[in-house]
Amino acid sequence: MPEQIPIPSIDFAVILQLIIVFGWGTLLLLIDFAVPTGRKHITGWLAAAGLVVAAIVGIPYWNSSTSTFNDMIRLDNYALTFNWIFLTVGVLTILISLEYLSRHKIERGEFYSILLFAIGGMMLLAQGTDLIVLFLGLELLSISLYVLVGFSAARFPSEEASMKYLIVGAFAAGFLVFGIALTYGATGLSNLAAIAAKVADPSFSAEDQLLMLAGGALLLIGFGYKIAMAPFHMWTPDVYEGAPTPVTAFMSAGTKAAGFAALTRVLLVALGPQYEVWSIVVAVLAAITMIFGNIAAVAQLNVKRMLAYSSIGHAGYILLGLLSANARGIESILVYLAAYTFTAIGAFAVLIALEQQGEEAWNLTDFAGLWGRHPFLAIAMAICMFSMAGVPPTFGFVAKFDVFTAAWQAGYTWLVLIAVITSAVAAFFYLRIVVQMFMKEPVREVPAEVGRGLSVGIGLAALGVVVLGILPTPVIEIARQSVQLLGQ
Amino acid sequence: MNGFPLLSIVLWLPTLGALLLLLVPRDNIAAQRWLALLTSLVTFAASLPLYFGFNLGSPGFQFAESLAWIDTWGINYSLSLDGVSLWLVLLTTFLTPISLVATWVSVHKDFRMFQVLMLLLETAMIGVFVAQDLFLFYIFWEFTLIPMALLIGIWGSTNRVHAAVKFFLYTFAGSVFMLVSIIALYLLNSSATGVATFDFDVIQKNIASGVLAIDPVWARALFLGFFVAFAIKVPLWPFHTWLPLAHTEAPTVGSVILAGVMLKLGGYGMIRFCLQLFPEAANWAAPAIGVLAVIGILYGALVSFAQTDMKKLVAYSSVSHLGFVVLGIFALTPQGVSGAILQMVNHGLSTGALFLIVGYIYERRHTREMADFGGLWKVMPIYGGLALAMVMSSVGLPGLNGFIGEFSILQGTWLSPTLGWGFVLPSVFGVIFAATYLLRMFRLTFMGELDKPENAELSDITPLEIGMLVALLIPIVAIGFYPNFMFEPMQPSVQAITDSLTNVLAAGR
Repeated sequence: MPEQIPIPSIDFAVILQLIIVFGWGTLLLLIDFAVPTGRKHITGWLAAAGLVVAAIVGIPYWNSSTSTFNDMIRLDNYALTFNWIFLTVGVLTILISLEYLSRHKIERGEFYSILLFAIGGMMLLAQGTDLIVLFLGLELLSISLYVLVGFSAARFPSEEASMKYLIVGAFAAGFLVFGIALTYGATGLSNLAAIAAKVADPSFSAEDQLLMLAGGALLLIGFGYKIAMAPFHMWTPDVYEGAPTPVTAFMSAGTKAAGFAALTRVLLVALGPQYEVWSIVVAVLAAITMIFGNIAAVAQLNVKRMLAYSSIGHAGYILLGLLSANARGIESILVYLAAYTFTAIGAFAVLIALEQQGEEAWNLTDFAGLWGRHPFLAIAMAICMFSMAGVPPTFGFVAKFDVFTAAWQAGYTWLVLIAVITSAVAAFFYLRIVVQMFMKEPVREVPAEVGRGLSVGIGLAALGVVVLGILPTPVIEIARQSVQLLGQ
Repeated sequence: MNGFPLLSIVLWLPTLGALLLLLVPRDNIAAQRWLALLTSLVTFAASLPLYFGFNLGSPGFQFAESLAWIDTWGINYSLSLDGVSLWLVLLTTFLTPISLVATWVSVHKDFRMFQVLMLLLETAMIGVFVAQDLFLFYIFWEFTLIPMALLIGIWGSTNRVHAAVKFFLYTFAGSVFMLVSIIALYLLNSSATGVATFDFDVIQKNIASGVLAIDPVWARALFLGFFVAFAIKVPLWPFHTWLPLAHTEAPTVGSVILAGVMLKLGGYGMIRFCLQLFPEAANWAAPAIGVLAVIGILYGALVSFAQTDMKKLVAYSSVSHLGFVVLGIFALTPQGVSGAILQMVNHGLSTGALFLIVGYIYERRHTREMADFGGLWKVMPIYGGLALAMVMSSVGLPGLNGFIGEFSILQGTWLSPTLGWGFVLPSVFGVIFAATYLLRMFRLTFMGELDKPENAELSDITPLEIGMLVALLIPIVAIGFYPNFMFEPMQPSVQAITDSLTNVLAAGR
């Protein structure tokens, strides 16, 4: 009689949000058959409703830390907060893509389902406490994104971007799996907390330490690709530019958040005992990221590419929070990602409003005189630009402030100085857009279409930036209570 | 601790007015004018009790109010006022109605937006002066940049975009270093006392009592972090290059507010933070800063003399006059510091008036070149008379306000143990040069032959314009004749600041 493999007990509460997102995504594929072509935005609203339900479902699980699947997936405050960030990103993305898809003749119901799958992948990255689950989440997210990036297939840049992302993503996945293999070779484990215990154990031999570090480096590279950390950021400008703009917004805010969710757990838990070794490497990488991202954006006249380079810069700032490795640091990562969600999606949403089918209105001069033509868009964009630059009283400023405080507290004074200098440099290209909108006369006629979903999306984003900039306490409180990374 | 929230009312009334203005339809210019003016007048009226209710004997913070804001980080919404900030707040609330009236004649497009931005700017500037929480201070400090940059960039002259961008970026770059200093100070204080707070009063008392002992090298680094931001704002030579451009390209009212109040944010910051929090570092840096100040005085004066554009001349004169202010502050004596505060108010009044004067003639002739004028006094006698009064105030003629401020500063510098007579002598030349360039401007514009026919057709200034200048003239003369009413509220606070500075000196550092 063959031995029975015991099935681990599954606590469905832990994966409830995942079930809702994945399940609803699958169901939507079927429901979509019943939705007539041309009214596919119904699928969109249904998808958004599903995300809202998933968010609400998570509320009772606050302040409870439970794991399932043999401690491979956990639902703690950290994961829950990240899940809420992902779901917010998702809802905002759906809102801004509703009219975009039909305007650019790429309206297909599968878009929303694949978006939901991507969000599910992100949630796995936040909830995973085992390297295998993290890999699973990463691949789910990446594959969904490959398709989403290439969704504007009629436009050649979109196909090209999708191919680029696929090839680069394959490399990244390769590095990640190699890293997991080396880690397994060194420790015989794939569970993050168990690895941490093993590495901290004095009996952990020197060869295994070295192997572990090599594995950790490869893991860093694998995740570094996803968060667009230099020097693994090369794909970002081209992929961001080629993708349909709602997908760019989604990637910019959501993928970054998911990548950091996973990277934080891996670096601070599994590689926690070896902090002194890898922290200097990551610090230098953070510095390069900030410097490169912000300086490269200065030269950009294409606003979409400029936002892509600037998102590289922002990844650098979040790395400061990661490096701090204290409670304040992890709190600052969450606050920054929440702020970046509203800010980035708001900015990209305004870009969407100006885009017409076949014409890409991303040139700086297309913003000229926007204040006179569409004051709502101009003010929303100005708010988002000031938030990206870190000018009070926006949420972006609060987030930057938090990250700088955490990093200074951890002793990275030189890194904070680099961060503020690059912030000052960044103000230049953010201000440039404000200048175009308010202080220049229109160069050419750029009609803007702001449908219902888009205006709600832009309004929510801009409002979030300002209101949370003045009254950030709720978000800060939630973040502060989410800093426990597996019994750290 | 929370009495009647007078400071909050003064602070937020302009914003309330701005929000109400957004409801007024765009074409109803008359309603916009009166709503904005009414808001600013009510704010001014609300700020008067600050003077009349001021406790003259107390050196500490008054009218304090505090609300928990971001509690986990130790950030509170805390406002307060003391002898240093009292007159600056009143200067702001006094200049704003006058500036708003000036917009009636000088702003011809997007009127409502201009008023909204002016009112938001007023809130931000008052906020800088009354914020007791460092985080709140930084927010208001940075927030002044947005309306000011928009005011310059939208309503300014030909090179306005360049001026607005330079203004924003230069000032922003300076203030990020101040942000780092604030963070560092907060963390040092929280590790020394275990209490994480951004409250200025608490931190200052901790430093003064020695509970928060900052290593001297770090103290100097933090001092410089704050100082860079303020030096750019003042502006102190050689950080002044944004100013002539911004002033020249800004609309008339923008220049009035920029020169009148915005530059004072820097001087206030120097006294409040550089002197009060880092007395030893201030002592250490004072000679070097004194040198920069003197260079600024002389440089500003000489460059003013070379100008042909009236607005640029007044702009460079600001560099010169504010050099005196910085000199007075870093003399580190009661006379120097209180003279500096007074001179800040004086400069706001007289240079604000000078910009208005330049604006009046620009509205009529659309040129600011002195060569295009000459003999204006013959056709515009009232204008000429008032302009002469304002020029004399800026020159520092005894009997008017400028003299009192300059005299106090020079006396304070002479008596200063750190600076001394070596700094006074060059500055006196600066006073003489001021007379040179300002009187030259007056002579070229108002005196001499009326040889240009366009000038002969000009009519004298309207009652509204006269009213604005007279409104500025009244305090100018009052301060000139009886400056004590200005000095009295300042004395206890300034004395406390300079006493702690002399204590540090005496402690033998």
